[in-house]
Amino acid sequence: MSIPLSWYLVLSAALFSIGLFGVLSRKNAIAILLGVELMLNAVNINLVAFWRYLDPAQMAGQVFAIIVFAVAAAEVAVGLALIISVYRRRKTVIADEIDLMKW
Amino acid sequence: MATETIIWLLPLPPLLAFFVIVLFTNKHKALSHSLAIGAAGLSWLGSMLVFVRALGVHEFGKEVFESAINWLPTGNTWLKIGVLIDPLSAATLFFVAWTVLMIFVYSVGYHNFGQPQGDHDRAGLPPHGATITDEKGHKHAVPSIEPMYSRFFAFIGLFACGMYTLVISNNLLTLFVGWEIMGLCSYLLIGFWYGKESARNAAIKAFMTTRVGDVFMLLGIAFLYSATGTLSFREIFQPEVLHALAATATPFFGLSAAGFIGLLLFIGTVGKSAQWPLHVWLPDAMEGPTPVSAMIHAATMVSAGVYMIIRMFPLISAGWEPGMPLNPTMSVIAFIGAFTALFAATIAVAQNDIKRVLAYSTISQLGFMVAALGIGAYVAAAFHLVAHAFFKALLFLGSGSVIHGMEHGVLHTGDHSVDPQNMFNMGGLRKKMPITFWTFLIGGFALSGFPVLTAGFWSKDEILADAFGNGHWAIFATLAFAAFLTAFYTMRQITLTFLGEPRTKEAEHAQETRWTMTLPLVVLAVFAVGYGWVGIPEHFPLIGGILPNWFHEFVGGTLAEVPEAAPFSVWPLLTSLCVALGGLFFGWLVYRKVKSPQQDFLQIPLLKNKWYFDEAYDFLFVRPAYWISETFTYMFMDRTVIDGVLHTLGRFALWLGSFLRNYFDKPFINEFIADGTGNIVKKAGSSLRRIQVGRVQAYMLASLAVIVVLAAVYYLLIVS
Amino acid sequence: MTPVQIVFLLCAALILAAALMVVTTRNLIHAALWLVAALFGVAVLYAILDASFLAVVQVVVYIGAIAILFIFAVMLTRREMRDRGPQLRRDWWLAALLALLVFAGLAFLLVTQPGVNRTAAAMPQGLDTLGKLGTALVSPEAYVLPFEVASILLLAALVGAVYVAASKK
Repeated sequence: MSIPLSWYLVLSAALFSIGLFGVLSRKNAIAILLGVELMLNAVNINLVAFWRYLDPAQMAGQVFAIIVFAVAAAEVAVGLALIISVYRRRKTVIADEIDLMKW
Repeated sequence: MATETIIWLLPLPPLLAFFVIVLFTNKHKALSHSLAIGAAGLSWLGSMLVFVRALGVHEFGKEVFESAINWLPTGNTWLKIGVLIDPLSAATLFFVAWTVLMIFVYSVGYHNFGQPQGDHDRAGLPPHGATITDEKGHKHAVPSIEPMYSRFFAFIGLFACGMYTLVISNNLLTLFVGWEIMGLCSYLLIGFWYGKESARNAAIKAFMTTRVGDVFMLLGIAFLYSATGTLSFREIFQPEVLHALAATATPFFGLSAAGFIGLLLFIGTVGKSAQWPLHVWLPDAMEGPTPVSAMIHAATMVSAGVYMIIRMFPLISAGWEPGMPLNPTMSVIAFIGAFTALFAATIAVAQNDIKRVLAYSTISQLGFMVAALGIGAYVAAAFHLVAHAFFKALLFLGSGSVIHGMEHGVLHTGDHSVDPQNMFNMGGLRKKMPITFWTFLIGGFALSGFPVLTAGFWSKDEILADAFGNGHWAIFATLAFAAFLTAFYTMRQITLTFLGEPRTKEAEHAQETRWTMTLPLVVLAVFAVGYGWVGIPEHFPLIGGILPNWFHEFVGGTLAEVPEAAPFSVWPLLTSLCVALGGLFFGWLVYRKVKSPQQDFLQIPLLKNKWYFDEAYDFLFVRPAYWISETFTYMFMDRTVIDGVLHTLGRFALWLGSFLRNYFDKPFINEFIADGTGNIVKKAGSSLRRIQVGRVQAYMLASLAVIVVLAAVYYLLIVS
Repeated sequence: MTPVQIVFLLCAALILAAALMVVTTRNLIHAALWLVAALFGVAVLYAILDASFLAVVQVVVYIGAIAILFIFAVMLTRREMRDRGPQLRRDWWLAALLALLVFAGLAFLLVTQPGVNRTAAAMPQGLDTLGKLGTALVSPEAYVLPFEVASILLLAALVGAVYVAASKK
């Protein structure tokens, strides 16, 4: 494979940053979760790239990535359930309006 | 009992009487006076014993009774104190014992023992009479007993102790102790009737004035001690010591050490014996009861001054021999003595109070004695001292008797505006009070120097003879004139008081006093007559030589060599006779016709007001002293300066406190630090709480920013 | 430039562009769909990396389940949420700045590590990656425990999501 490892790492860093931007700047709570997904995907790219480039005989990289999958799924499920529950109460999904725990 | 032991014990009985009366028997009048008279009697007995034994000693001047103990350790030696009876003190002891005892007995009657308590009598004021009702229902005013009866005897007991201490001491220190005890007692006794303001003032005046003299005397004693290392008479009067003192020069007025010390000691006598210029206290001291006047101003205290200076004669006359001109100290002494004699006599002729005349007379006679000593007439001075004690005590006690008689008259008439002491209210008392009259007459003649019969003649004549014989003309003339005035005012006094007819109702109702008062008068009159005969000069015409001049030999033996008697000259004798008889005659002549002060040509304001010395001293000393204490020390120093400083400090402290409180404590500590930190925390809290916006993304932004910064810092600065 | 690199670059461009659209587009459905596109790109990347199983799992689980879940959630809450106004918060620039800084920092760090420019070695001959992955997941000496825990996590998430989102009658 002629792709240097650094390309994968920079790509994942960029994807992570974009996802971070989305988390920090989107109003809609669901959009925030979308950003989180991007960040998780960036992590996964990193893991798999390292697995492939360092020691493909070790399965730890892939296993880790699979666990990340499972966690991401669980987190999305619970997160969306929470958003729906909050929406029912407060009639809003805009994160800035859910600010009861404030001064 | 050994003579020395008796001598040590002489001052003790009156002292014990004082303490017992003060502590225990104050309420019991009879017990108190018995204790006092018993004590005086014991001391009298002891004194007579010592005197008789002294007479028996051959050459007593050399073989004195002496006893000393080591008292203060001073380096390698001891300061000794002790007793000494040599001829001079033996003679003094004789008259002191007699006069003290007589005065004690007299006081019983004088203070009306046995009379009822007064109607309105208060302790501190003279008794004013009691009203008794006899069986018919008539009310009579009678003399009342003195409320402070026991206290009087306690005080005179202490006084007697002081005088005995002074007479028996062998050193200047215990002499000074006795001197000061008498000073204290004179204060207490002159101010005996402390309820009267005049008495209080007189007591203070007496104390203050004699104090001035005492300070100088103490300086003299200190100087003497530092120059010789001892205060005992016998040690000071060693010829070597005297010679050394006379040879040492001092920076004061060119005097030798002996002369200067003598002068300082003499100033003590000036104060105590009321010589000019410290004479002002003695007339005022007449405020005390008459026994006090007799005691203090005749028999004892003023005599103590003269006794001391006679005692110190060897020191004063160190380097002087009879026939030489007088050394400076002796000149001063002679001058003051002579001047005082004349000065006081001029005042006495213008006094109307019977006791005042006697007071000035005392001053004058003391001047005679001092002048005699000043010219070196040692024996004459001592002779006159003893004679004067007897007849002056007699005169004072007699005047007290007269006053008592007059007061009886005042009580009878009930008119209390009449002064029982004013001679112009008297008259004709020879018929009402015969014993008093005859004894007073004897005393008065003795004072005037009535020839031959009275002691005063012999003593005064001797002084004049000594003055004449040694060529001191000025002193001779002064003393002669003073003697003339003495006789004059004495006869004035006798004439106004006893002769003629009573001038007031009170005088008509006067009556003789009780035996306790007249007996001492008689005893003293005997001495006033008889005493003179022990000192008749040998060369006296007719009588001289019949009786040896015992006094001269006896007392003269105190000195290292018995002084020679002055050679006999007829001139002083004639002068004495003339002035005495002439003065008496003129006094009688002028005053038998005078009935009131307006007719008395001698009532010149200058003389009546004592040459304005009291006013002068008031202006020069008393007012400045008051000013210093009231204005300077009190108002200025104390209230203004010291209190001012304190108040300023106080105000400053208060100001500082409020300044710190208002400008430091409250704004800085309280508001800035205490409240400030609280406020800062509150404000910080309420400002910072706004971070808790409740919005998750804001939290994330903030924490991410911090992480980025920290990571940058770490990787860029630390790791590279 | 080898073909593989070109493919990689195209793929990377797709991923990044799709990701940017996810975070900036107004319409949430569009955002979800752009997410799908990004996930596809990631799957291709996995394939290039010889992790074929993961590529498939990515498509099936991420796109097939998670993205669909997103689309369902968006559609269920769409009525009340007309996309009104800007979709970015007021301080999006701060977020952009920070994201940029993070990217810069991470890129710098990663690129300066030694040995980061290596190229991949060939896969070992006869390596059965899938079999080994399966064995690793269930082998007690390997990763059966995390695997089981992840299962329980999913169970918990399932139960939890049902409970939280259930409407209380």
